[in-house]
Amino acid sequence: MQMTEENLRGLFGRMTGDEKHGWAAASTLHAIWVLYERVLNVSPSNIDDPGRDRFYLSKGHGPMAYYAVLAAKGFIEPETLDTWRQWGSPLGMHPDRNLAPGVEISSGSLGHGLPLGVGTALGLRAQGRDARVVVLMGDGEFDEGSNHETMAIAGRLGLGSLTAVVIDNKTASLGWPGGIAGRFEQEGWAATTVDGRDHDALEKALTGETDGRPRAVIAEILPIEEGSTA
Amino acid sequence: MTAQVTRKQMRTVFAETVIESLATDPRVVMLTADISSWFFWEVKKDFPDRVHNFGIREQAMIDIAGGFALAGQRPVVHTYAPFLVERPFEQIKIGLGHQDVGAVLVSVGASYDDPSWGRTHQAPGDVALLDTLPGWTVHVPGHEDEVAPLLSKAIAGDNRVYVRLSERANSEAVPVSEKFTVLRRGKAGVVLAVGPVLDQVLAATATADVTVLYASTIRPFDHAGLREAVAAAAPNVVLVEPYLRGTSAFEVTEALGDVPHRLRSFGTWRDREARVYGTPEEHDRLFGVDAESLADSIARFVG
Repeated sequence: MQMTEENLRGLFGRMTGDEKHGWAAASTLHAIWVLYERVLNVSPSNIDDPGRDRFYLSKGHGPMAYYAVLAAKGFIEPETLDTWRQWGSPLGMHPDRNLAPGVEISSGSLGHGLPLGVGTALGLRAQGRDARVVVLMGDGEFDEGSNHETMAIAGRLGLGSLTAVVIDNKTASLGWPGGIAGRFEQEGWAATTVDGRDHDALEKALTGETDGRPRAVIAEILPIEEGSTA
Repeated sequence: MTAQVTRKQMRTVFAETVIESLATDPRVVMLTADISSWFFWEVKKDFPDRVHNFGIREQAMIDIAGGFALAGQRPVVHTYAPFLVERPFEQIKIGLGHQDVGAVLVSVGASYDDPSWGRTHQAPGDVALLDTLPGWTVHVPGHEDEVAPLLSKAIAGDNRVYVRLSERANSEAVPVSEKFTVLRRGKAGVVLAVGPVLDQVLAATATADVTVLYASTIRPFDHAGLREAVAAAAPNVVLVEPYLRGTSAFEVTEALGDVPHRLRSFGTWRDREARVYGTPEEHDRLFGVDAESLADSIARFVG
């Protein structure tokens, strides 16, 4: 089935029961969709292949967009979305890799995805594989000290197979003067800031050539104006 | 005392064992946070992608270990005990346990290997903390010769293992076993010695009519071994552990759920910090786990 964004909106609505407001609030959806649709080599047919690309959803709260994309891509039956958060469902408010098909890490508490991603990228490097590891996090999550430890490690090790996607909807309590991209650059990453709803811009930032440095894509999601069609 | 001069530190045996495993098992990766990293400088030349020193970044290190395990590697992770277990405790819970992946965590420093460093370098709560998480095997070797067999087996497996190394060691090794080892048999009670407290327990019970059990593996707890020993003696159980007093008391209670028994636990204080420096032996006396104090306490308890 060729999944369109219209279908995706329907899948999303199966969980939220609200295709308009929930959809607009899904700050992660665009980046996850672009990753699974245009960037990553991962699908239900190669999910057990150790050489597959990895997507780690570090920002595990509000995973409806993630589940919708996984359903759209055939990892999860669409009917399963109707059960989310219920007893016996594989889909919770935070994803569990041991329950949900296609989910690569169990997440929910902040600050674990990036170091898990670095470990996996280093493991794949030790195995001589060139698979990519993409970690999606939020700007509030970026506050966590573990991320800053990890940013330094990945920069120093020149971990070119690693990408951090930071959804920046300006929710970090004390903010990041000068922006998040500058922090990554200071630690030796190649950082790009794009409009987090612009699929082509996201794709370009996620696939452009790098010089071996780990890559950070800051996907800015600004509040939607009244009457917007987004 | 020439024998002591030639004895190796547990930490040295650990490094030798890991270096050997790096050459023979391509799954193995060694992660450090500066502590002991010098042991691995040479072998990193042979295995640059499998030996990493991340600097003093313990939270990242534990999650990175989880990431390695997700990729199919076998991470061995090492630093000083408080920084390995206490500081990154949520990383242990989420990055390893909740992902349901394994790693071998190897600490040094124990509860008070060098109390002159003060509270910051003491981790008497490490085993009790891991008890709050499912699925951990815990080894507490009491002699350097016990380290290699315990560690080699841990590295060859897939599960979550904590190896608690100490700079203190018993005068002789006990062959490693997953079960408790019976070192002495008696009638008045059963004394369980965990790891590097065995010398003082043996000295304390030299003339007592008690069974002495030894454990270098304390999780899983050998329920059957304890029941067997208690069945052959008065049900007076003494627990001597080199960390928080009573850490294994709940396991004793589980093991003897249907056996009327008495239990007395020894270890470090739970209710206050020992805010003093000095030597490990002075702290043994403070906590009542030196041979003389134990002899007195055990005699009064089983007598």
